[in-house]
Amino acid sequence: MKENEKPEKGNQIIEEAAQAEYKYGFVTDIDTEVIPKGLDEDVVRRISALKGEPDWLLEFRLKAYRHWLTLKAPTWGHVHVPEIDFQDISYYAAPRQKKPGEGPKEIDPELKKTFDKLGIPLEEQLRLSGMAVDAVMDSVSVKTTYRERLAELGVIFCSMSEAVKDYPDLVRKYLGKVVPYTDNFYAALNSAVFSDGSFVYIPKGVRCPMELSTYFRINAAQTGQFERTLIVADDDAYVSYLEGCTAPMRDENQLHAAIVEIIVEDRAEVKYSTVQNWYPGDKDGKGGIYNLVTKRGLCRGDHSKLSWTQVETGSAITWKYPSCVLKGDHSVGEFYSVALTNNWQEADTGTKMIHLGKNSTSTIVSKGISAGHSQNSYRGMVKIAPKATGCRNFTQCDSLLLSDTSGAHTFPVIEVGNDTSVVEHEATTSKINEDQIFYCNQRGIPTEDAVGLIVNGYAKEVMSKLPMEFAVEAQKLLSVSLEGAVG
Amino acid sequence: MNALKQYIDLFDETRALIESQSPDVLNTVRASAREQLETARLPRKGSEDYEATDLESVFAHDYGVNVNRLPFDADPGETFHCDVPNMSTCLYYSSNDAFHSSATAERNIGKVVVEPFSMAAFDYPELMNAYYGKLAKMSDPTVALNSLLVQDGLFIYVPDGVVAERPIQLVNIFNAALDMMVQRRLLIIVGKNASIRILACDHTQSPDYRYLNNQVIEIVAMQGSHVDYYDMEESTPKTSRVSSVYVDQHEGSNVLIDGITLINGFTRNNYHVEVNGEHAETHLLGMTIASGEQHVDSHTFISHNAPRCNSNEMFKYVLNDNAVGAFAGKILVKPNCPRVEAYQGNRNLCGAPTAKMYTKPQLEIYTDDVMCSHGSAVGQLDEEALFYMRTRGIGIDEARRLLMQAFVADVIDGVRLDALKDRLHYLVEKRFAGTLSNCAGCMAACKKS
Repeated sequence: MKENEKPEKGNQIIEEAAQAEYKYGFVTDIDTEVIPKGLDEDVVRRISALKGEPDWLLEFRLKAYRHWLTLKAPTWGHVHVPEIDFQDISYYAAPRQKKPGEGPKEIDPELKKTFDKLGIPLEEQLRLSGMAVDAVMDSVSVKTTYRERLAELGVIFCSMSEAVKDYPDLVRKYLGKVVPYTDNFYAALNSAVFSDGSFVYIPKGVRCPMELSTYFRINAAQTGQFERTLIVADDDAYVSYLEGCTAPMRDENQLHAAIVEIIVEDRAEVKYSTVQNWYPGDKDGKGGIYNLVTKRGLCRGDHSKLSWTQVETGSAITWKYPSCVLKGDHSVGEFYSVALTNNWQEADTGTKMIHLGKNSTSTIVSKGISAGHSQNSYRGMVKIAPKATGCRNFTQCDSLLLSDTSGAHTFPVIEVGNDTSVVEHEATTSKINEDQIFYCNQRGIPTEDAVGLIVNGYAKEVMSKLPMEFAVEAQKLLSVSLEGAVG
Repeated sequence: MNALKQYIDLFDETRALIESQSPDVLNTVRASAREQLETARLPRKGSEDYEATDLESVFAHDYGVNVNRLPFDADPGETFHCDVPNMSTCLYYSSNDAFHSSATAERNIGKVVVEPFSMAAFDYPELMNAYYGKLAKMSDPTVALNSLLVQDGLFIYVPDGVVAERPIQLVNIFNAALDMMVQRRLLIIVGKNASIRILACDHTQSPDYRYLNNQVIEIVAMQGSHVDYYDMEESTPKTSRVSSVYVDQHEGSNVLIDGITLINGFTRNNYHVEVNGEHAETHLLGMTIASGEQHVDSHTFISHNAPRCNSNEMFKYVLNDNAVGAFAGKILVKPNCPRVEAYQGNRNLCGAPTAKMYTKPQLEIYTDDVMCSHGSAVGQLDEEALFYMRTRGIGIDEARRLLMQAFVADVIDGVRLDALKDRLHYLVEKRFAGTLSNCAGCMAACKKS
């Protein structure tokens, strides 16, 4: 009886869930400067010229572009990335500024409306939220708040293009040091055509007093977004950085290939949180963002710490591995992830913890939730170099399946090169325990709410690592995405 | 460089001879193997599923191949006498890749068929044609190479409903006066509700030469059958082996495969299990004790193609000196296979700074109503446990040995044959104590006469 009822209820609920709107799917009607589609050396030169970049950066881009030409798009992921026509993408799109040359002091009202709709505190009235925000629309950063206050402490928080102009030495010193352009196909592409992104530098001994946040928005059609973020925390510094992303609903797929590089010096700490909510495509899997990102941090100093927290609910395809290279002795790497896929989404995400320093430790907690026809994979690597003695890693990756048409997979790799390190890995895959649902039902909680409760409890370990401002949003996101996904 | 080329060339030169000495069914498969090898390359270190193992360099050595099937040994039964405590088995020998039966083999006559392919091709042509080469994946170049050069093999058939009371014991002996590669091949068919236990052990008699055993084992477990396959390797540091075991499980079958490596040089074990029937049960166990330059790489793949079946895997490694261990296991649950329970465990002890362990446990699940898990850990002996034992007057070496024995004990306890279990505990104790010599005994305590 119960078994017969289930599919019908499941279908109905899934239908409801599919109809649950992607609330960030609007398009802003704003004058956008888009360069023609296609990619060749001239396009790379043109992007560089548009941004008024110095020669060394153009050189870097060209080297990356030439290297990219020698590479083939990778296919090893457990995702189906259709062949992307890289000549059919526009590599630069900028909301046109009313007063060119003056810099984005006065923000376009249309733009402001966009970010207001997204709930991004660009303006003073939202100062209470106490966050410094850099907002990136398509290829350029449109507004960075709180710069002056941060500058008093010596904290640099600005867009990448400004950083190239204002702090060329710093950018030159760190750019491409953690993710070289030779790293992979999409990293090479990004290095060649990257447009904007955020640059953060926290000087020695400074504890950044507020959360830094960048909000990425793809608006223009048929463009790709290739932003590049660089965060440097000097000795004894601390910063918590948040990243959020949305995109309009469109039938075509759009490419997002970003790079995030983080350098953490002696005793410094960086906390990087992402709530990724790019447009995931409709219920038939049409449209959506291809999120193919390279994120890596280098814990260069002793006792340094890097913590990645990510909530992945959007994108048609997510393929990324925020990683830590633990070079300093006693350095700490953390990775907390909730990846939720619904409908036809595909996610292949996880992390790499490369232990090079002695007594370095890492923790990985990954929670995958698959519903609809989605595929959700955890792929990770823990590598302990022979000289990295006394290292410790604990990995836990759990998968929850909410429908019998979805898939959950784990592909961890562990390499241990010495006899004083301890590495543990645990993984489980199952559906929601029927006893738990029954227990809730007994107490008058409908099945759907019960699932919500159980899933939230399941993801709590990761959610609790998010900064407050994001935790609320993430929790809401999770419940919207999950609404009725009971199979 | 292509290490396969020397063997392909050899085959092309001697094709007529090889084919004239083999049953037709082997020759049919041989043709497709030759085709496959045209473009195949052996995996190099770092390629997918071969993170720590370089097959190309293992096969690159100039091994002799006994194309003419010259007998090397008059009678292996003469050189190996088995004295089995509390366990009577039906004993068979293979000297390199030629099979001999012993007097004890007669105990199973009328029940279980054990004979070389050359005879089975006449006695059971329909079975040979239906199953030979059907499970083994020719896309694996080592399987293709085996199929290309193999001239004979061992056919084990348990007819429907037959319960073989005595285990079959297969003692594999390497003996040659030159470096040599052999292609061992086994086809095991266990009929409906039949039951069999098989013990195989590898030995090398002349430790001065390099051997390469490239073996392929195909096991078909029909409805309700019970199959235990224990495989122990106790060769020499100069012996390499690439072993591929393919299993096809039907409804309600129960298969246990246990791979034990005590002494070896280089070993790659592939286990590929297709669970095609409901309520089938699979147990994969593995234990490796490696020191010196030993290299042991186990790769398992269990595909659950039917609902309500379960599998259980446990692999344990104890690595010392410069030993390298690798484990990669994948559990696949196909769509529409609810109520599958699959567990996989891999536990490893690294006992020396230069020992290396690579592990890659994987799950690939396409059905929601399942219980699957894997766990993997690499670590050392518990310092506190060692300290505790020392405070009670147990020397450090002895304490370490006891803890290591306890560590592998649960894999040994999974053995479903009491006499063998006791024997294994004893052998492992000796192995840790360093007193297990090359021919101190196969798993059933063979003694050189």
